[in-house]
Amino acid sequence: MRTGMRTRTFVITGLLVALLVAGFGSYYASSHPDGLQYVADRTGFGDSAKDSPTSDSPFANYDTAGVDDERLGGGLAGVIGVLLTLVIAGGVAYAVRRRTPAEAEH
Amino acid sequence: MHVPDGFLDAPTSVATAVVAAGGVAFALRKARTELDDRTAPMAGLVAAFIFAGQMINFPVGAGTSGHLLGGALAAVLVGPWTGALCISVVLLVQALFMADGGITALGTNIVLMALVGCFTGYLVFRLVAAVLPKRLSSIAPAAAIGALLSVPVAAAVFTLLFAVGGTAPVDASDVLVAMLGWHTVIGIGEAVVTGLVVASVVAVRPDLVHGARTLVPAAELEIRTVPAGGQS
Repeated sequence: MRTGMRTRTFVITGLLVALLVAGFGSYYASSHPDGLQYVADRTGFGDSAKDSPTSDSPFANYDTAGVDDERLGGGLAGVIGVLLTLVIAGGVAYAVRRRTPAEAEH
Repeated sequence: MHVPDGFLDAPTSVATAVVAAGGVAFALRKARTELDDRTAPMAGLVAAFIFAGQMINFPVGAGTSGHLLGGALAAVLVGPWTGALCISVVLLVQALFMADGGITALGTNIVLMALVGCFTGYLVFRLVAAVLPKRLSSIAPAAAIGALLSVPVAAAVFTLLFAVGGTAPVDASDVLVAMLGWHTVIGIGEAVVTGLVVASVVAVRPDLVHGARTLVPAAELEIRTVPAGGQS
């Protein structure tokens, strides 16, 4: 499409938005329990939750181990998470995509 | 809606893990029909964007919050099979690295948010798009309605799993009423975010929106002059 944004510009813009949201915006997110946790606490099964085996991982609970500043640690965890997700999902998509050699398009 | 370890008993968790594994394996085969060199980068971007979006909990009242689940959003942007893979990757990264959602509960979370979320969202999207005018401006509202319904449906499926295999002796009908109530409100947030994001992408690159592909003329074939022998 001649009038549309170039694909590379589009992808980079989208990625920058994702990094900004995860790295910066997430600090301002509500810290209230989400719908499921709230319902679990209210109806009486909240205590049946167990700690995840990964709760000691460096980015557990969207924080960064060893970084005291909450804004920085949370932002770093968000940025790492976005990049990990991008690489894994992008890698899967490239691995399963149809190869379309130029000659096959006619 | 990330289910932690412990809410559901082992048999139920194993059963949902089997369904999730089967669903992801099937999606890996079917996603091939949705993905080519042009759309593959979109899949990575959509997953990354939904990871970010899920970090933004918005308050929904009474000390409760909700966040984007992204199933309908991903399904409309990249197709339901690819979308289910995108959400599965988000959930995997969250469970492994962020301790968000349990490990034995990963299958449950994939069933709820990737499979139920994407396919409920996409089905409703297609039904609504079928009755709306066949215009690009119909895509975002149809996606928003798909998103709106996908959240309480996923909440209802969780409650069904809880009724079958919840570890705590709690009346599932109480859980159902509370889950449906709160997740209908969260669904409104889901609808707003999904509608805005889909509208933005439709505005700049409608050709990259899977749900709009019948409305956009097929990518115009460019006539390029290639120097003799220049194509390797």
